[in-house]
Amino acid sequence: MMLWNALLLGLREIRRNMLRSFLTVLGIVIGVAAVIVIVTLGTGATLQVKDQIGSLGSNMLIVRPGQRMGPGMTSTAPAFTVNDAAAITREIPNIVAVAPTNSQSATAIAGNANWATTVTGADNAFFTVRAWSLASGRVFNDAELRAGRAVCILGASVKRQLFGAQDPLAGTLRLNKLACEIIGVLVAKGQSTMGADQDDLVIVPLRTLQRRIVGNQDIRLLQLSVRDAADTDRVRTDLERLLRERRHLAKIEENNFSIMDMKEIMATMAGTTRTLTGLLGAVGAVSLLVGGIGIMNIMLVSVTERTREIGIRLAIGALEHEVLLQFLVEAVVLSALGGVLGIVVAVLGSLVLAHALGVPFVLEPGIIVLALLFSGVVGVVFGFYPARKAARLNPIDALRHE
Amino acid sequence: MVHPNPDAGGAGSPLIEFRTLSKIYGTGTAAVAALRGVDLTIDAGEFVAFMGPSGSGKSTAMNILGCLDVPSAGSYRFSGTAVETLDRDARATLRRHYLGFVFQGFNLLARTSALENVELPLLYRRVGPRERHQRAAEALATVGLTGWETHTPNELSGGQQQRVAIARALVSLPTVLLADEPTGNLDTVRSHDIMHLLRDLNQTRGITVVMVTHEAEMAAYASRILSFRDGQLESSAAARGA
Ligand SMILES: Nc1ncnc2c1ncn2[C@@H]1O[C@H](COP(=O)(O)OP(=O)(O)OP(=O)(O)O)[C@@H](O)[C@H]1O
Ligand SMILES: [Mg+2]
Repeated sequence: MMLWNALLLGLREIRRNMLRSFLTVLGIVIGVAAVIVIVTLGTGATLQVKDQIGSLGSNMLIVRPGQRMGPGMTSTAPAFTVNDAAAITREIPNIVAVAPTNSQSATAIAGNANWATTVTGADNAFFTVRAWSLASGRVFNDAELRAGRAVCILGASVKRQLFGAQDPLAGTLRLNKLACEIIGVLVAKGQSTMGADQDDLVIVPLRTLQRRIVGNQDIRLLQLSVRDAADTDRVRTDLERLLRERRHLAKIEENNFSIMDMKEIMATMAGTTRTLTGLLGAVGAVSLLVGGIGIMNIMLVSVTERTREIGIRLAIGALEHEVLLQFLVEAVVLSALGGVLGIVVAVLGSLVLAHALGVPFVLEPGIIVLALLFSGVVGVVFGFYPARKAARLNPIDALRHE
Repeated sequence: MVHPNPDAGGAGSPLIEFRTLSKIYGTGTAAVAALRGVDLTIDAGEFVAFMGPSGSGKSTAMNILGCLDVPSAGSYRFSGTAVETLDRDARATLRRHYLGFVFQGFNLLARTSALENVELPLLYRRVGPRERHQRAAEALATVGLTGWETHTPNELSGGQQQRVAIARALVSLPTVLLADEPTGNLDTVRSHDIMHLLRDLNQTRGITVVMVTHEAEMAAYASRILSFRDGQLESSAAARGA
């Protein structure tokens, strides 16, 4: 009965003060929605990175000539050779495959369409190491590899740019001046974590690239996959020793090549994404806090305004806790309303943004609960505390309050 | 919680009794003695008027009578119960069940209809919705405001607001109706209307009425006048025939 009365009185007051109620709810909606949207998008991005690590499929090591890879680095270190790749396969245990490659940018032309892309020369080990399969067509055969024939396999983006929905198989593609037969199309891998389009490439046999496009025997990249992740460190050590030996490095000389663990790179990037999510989460938390302060302000102002009302209620016989219960009902109803609306807005907003940014939509129940709790606590504490102060006054002092 | 019962006092003890009651506002050099050792007694069924110059302590006495404020010293017995010993909730309960207060400045809830304003004391007395509506409508009818139920205070004239405030005070059928300058802002005709109403309530329903007024004309409706001066009672004379 008492709760019923409080509910009746509380709802009456909410209806009677539409603008104030609206502003309170708005504050909560903004706070809750901001935090949920940011964390949802961040979680989606982190998950995407994790997926990409998984899509590498194997435990990959990348070896490049020269020390450290970085923007603007020009390496004077000698390139690798096919013999290096053969030696690695022969001498280092626990390796699934070694893919020696080299790349160069080129213009791909089909009919009257052209597209600037990268040509990569590789053998079939490349597909194993990168865990990349074909959407249609076939990989290279031995004759093509050995003779360096003019055949090519297209990345999904190149195919889309030059052929659209048409089937490119058995057609020809001109790479700079070289006309190659198209024998396969790769499945799409999508954007890399760095944001580069992994599908924007054309693959030709290594020898074809060396002889007919680049004009030298250089191998600028060795990609190899280790059988078991646990062996990665051992393989790395073996690899380092073997390459130092093959490159005739004296004890005091530094490595003139670098070995990178793809997993490590990806883990670092995942870590970065997580840090970013954390940062964005902090931004969200601040907006929640700002929303909270908004709620607090409205509540404080309204209670000050309403001290006289509290005085009237006390004067005509309301008990302190009855007045408080009414204010509590008001605060709880407004906070709950704001919280629920905030969640609705956040879910819709995240869906739209996730779609626009190409990030998976992953709703974290934890953050929803947290945002709700926070706004609820702020609403209730700041609705309740000043009301309690007012209700503790002598009725006459509350009435005289201006 | 102490639950005072004014009817239990019997015929022997007066309804309201101040004994050397003082009220001091503020502390130290800023202290103002609003009441200085007031002794007064009001019996059930009386109609008493408080008079006196501005600042003489009339409102202070009314507020203490109405349990809205507490005395600094002395005692206030309401139907034999020492009010100063009661806690906040017990005083609120006393207000709820036995006291109706009409404020100098109306003090109606803003943006709230006349009917809802009058219903409020009943709501806190846990009267069910149907009876609440009916009694509130009746109280409004008693003060001549039938047809104005849905109007909010800012849509009512000062006199009408004053009458809503009276309806709110009498809707719970209090033992005592306290009115602080109920005709303060009204013209003579309206003032007399209000006085007739208070006299009726006093005579037909046996409600004890205590009011503050500056006008002798209005005080003449009372059965007794208490004059305040500098926080003390000056004299106590029968109004009629004096
Ligand atoms: N809340 C307060 N704080 C400090 N002093 C007060 C307070 N209320 C009243 N006083 C002082 O107490 C004295 C009595 O005030 P009170 O309101 O009882 O006078 P009153 O007789 O009702 O006057 P009026 O006819 O003008 O309404 C005055 O000197 C006033 O200044
Ligand atoms: Mg006064």
